[in-house]
Amino acid sequence: MPVIQVENLSKIFGKNAKKATKYLDEGQTKEEILEKTGNTVGVNRASFDVEEGEIFVIMGLSGSGKSTLVRLINRLIEPTEGSVLIDGEDLAKMDSRSLREVRRQKLSMVFQKFGLFPHRTVLENTEFGLEVQGIDKSERKKKAEESLELVGLGGYIHQFPGQLSGGMQQRVGLARALANDPEVLLMDEAFSALDPLIRKEMQDELLDLQETMKKTILFITHDLDEALRIGDRIALMKDGRIVQIGTPEEILVNPANEYVEKFVEDVDRSKVLTAENIMKRPETVDVEKHGPRSALERMRKEGLSTIYVTDSRRNLHGYVTADDVSEAARQDVKDLKGILRTDVPQIQGSTPMQEIFDIIHDAPVPVAVIDEGKLKGIIVRGAVIAALAGNEVNLHGIDS
Amino acid sequence: MESIPKIPVAQWVSDATELTTETFGFLFDFIKNDFGDFIEIVAEDWLMGIPVWLFIAIVGVLAFFVSGKKFGLTAFSVIGLWFIHNQELWEELMNTFTLVVFASLICVIAGIPLGIWMSKNRTVEKIFTPVLDFMQTMPAFVYLIPAVAFFSIGMVPGVFASVIFATPPTVRFTNLGIRQVSHELIEASDSFGTTGVQKLFKVQLPMAKKTIMAGINQTVMLALSMVVIASMIGAKGLGQTVITGLQRAEVGTGFVAGLGIVILAIIIDRFTQNLNTQRGEQ
Repeated sequence: MPVIQVENLSKIFGKNAKKATKYLDEGQTKEEILEKTGNTVGVNRASFDVEEGEIFVIMGLSGSGKSTLVRLINRLIEPTEGSVLIDGEDLAKMDSRSLREVRRQKLSMVFQKFGLFPHRTVLENTEFGLEVQGIDKSERKKKAEESLELVGLGGYIHQFPGQLSGGMQQRVGLARALANDPEVLLMDEAFSALDPLIRKEMQDELLDLQETMKKTILFITHDLDEALRIGDRIALMKDGRIVQIGTPEEILVNPANEYVEKFVEDVDRSKVLTAENIMKRPETVDVEKHGPRSALERMRKEGLSTIYVTDSRRNLHGYVTADDVSEAARQDVKDLKGILRTDVPQIQGSTPMQEIFDIIHDAPVPVAVIDEGKLKGIIVRGAVIAALAGNEVNLHGIDS
Repeated sequence: MESIPKIPVAQWVSDATELTTETFGFLFDFIKNDFGDFIEIVAEDWLMGIPVWLFIAIVGVLAFFVSGKKFGLTAFSVIGLWFIHNQELWEELMNTFTLVVFASLICVIAGIPLGIWMSKNRTVEKIFTPVLDFMQTMPAFVYLIPAVAFFSIGMVPGVFASVIFATPPTVRFTNLGIRQVSHELIEASDSFGTTGVQKLFKVQLPMAKKTIMAGINQTVMLALSMVVIASMIGAKGLGQTVITGLQRAEVGTGFVAGLGIVILAIIIDRFTQNLNTQRGEQ
């Protein structure tokens, strides 16, 4: 069961929310509703599930409703309609006591401007959630210190937030959220206030932490690169609506509509796409079955100057060139083993495109994509250039 | 216009005051007698019981530490108090000091909860804002009249009039201080599942402390400014000496007593301001 299930969640700001909800159900746009009722649509019937241990990114420009959406999930903002299920319990219908309990036990939030209490030390800030729960002093100190250690702030526990840099302050924010050991981490533009280098460092650290923690993370951002970097799945929002949900690759490769397409236009694809996305089905000959003559015939037919040689289980043996093959054919050699070349440029299916550039530049033949010794596909220079230009690429590799 | 007769507002207020006096007479008597006695005990038995040199020394030491181990405030306090003693106004000073302390304490005890209530509830804020405006802008002399009606003359009506006049800043600043706590910090607090009381004591009040203290400082200063006025209805202290000077046209007497009030005001002001530091501030 998903940890978070959001169904038809809407938020309308202003009076007459009922009337506006009706228009919303009729499928009217944010502008139309604003004009007719004077109400602002914050979130428009959003539905999605977040699985356990997943980093789910909600991405949108300012005003798209993403910050409202995250606040509907822990009910810092009251939903107008719809439901938010955490472990199957509907938060939207809870009384305030149960809501408090859920906030204390299951949800922790990290804020854009850190949300640290300036009158409390780093340790006291980190202890806050535990203190609120009434956990005794020595235990909460222990947990808070562990949590600070985790984010690399063990030496700063008696400082005040005002004495720390932005990056360090957000580490405190993260430590405070983790100290509660929540199931779900809500991160509202958590790294947006940091400068680019620190932001990247924090992203890496979050991913590192996630390796061991396996929390369910709902991450809000307006930065597409950030979304693509850390998200297992991404939901794209516009005008309060979720436009598309998918893995980073799905969003890049199959934009749901023009808006998403325009959005992802400027993305540095080389950071996101991998060898699998741009490889082609390889033409091969079987070292056990084919001799030089059939290889030559095959190459002539496909217009190739080299061809990869595998066995029947697709294990890669090497490649042969057209010159060698025709020479061997003339001399009536029976198999390919004698002319096999093994200086094959190899990469894995998960190799990011960025790293393929150098390899492909120096390679005399198409680069082989290998998975456990088996040939999965080949990459030719043209495919790399086409992918960078945003042309069609394969989403799930090729069927072999 | 002329056809409408004069509305007897004055009569209504007088009647209301009279009715209040009759209805709550037992309570007023109790306050007047027991509270009045207590004030006198504090002023005459406790404060005046301390030898002058010891009192000055204690204030000097406190000033030294309160001002962050600087000598300016210490020197001013010691010399100022010695001067008042030298002018044979020590007893008056102690009476004034007592009146200010009691009035301020009552203001703070009543004002902070009211301010908190206003910050939590928009309706309460809307109701009390004009009331506070009224309390602060009504000429302070006016409060002397019901004060006398309720408590006759002496220290108690003096404290009463001072409290009415001096409470508004504490209420206003408490309300303001709590409302000024940033939205994100309130969200942070809520997101960790705080109850209303936890949020108030762990986040809002500590964050508003500086503003509230500024309000208290204002309250103390206003209470002190009522000293002269309250002496018109028999509150003992430096104000009485000023009134005496006025009645006898003795400029010198009035000036010296006035100077005493100024010295006391500066010492109290600097003390309360120096106590006003926020944790975690740079």
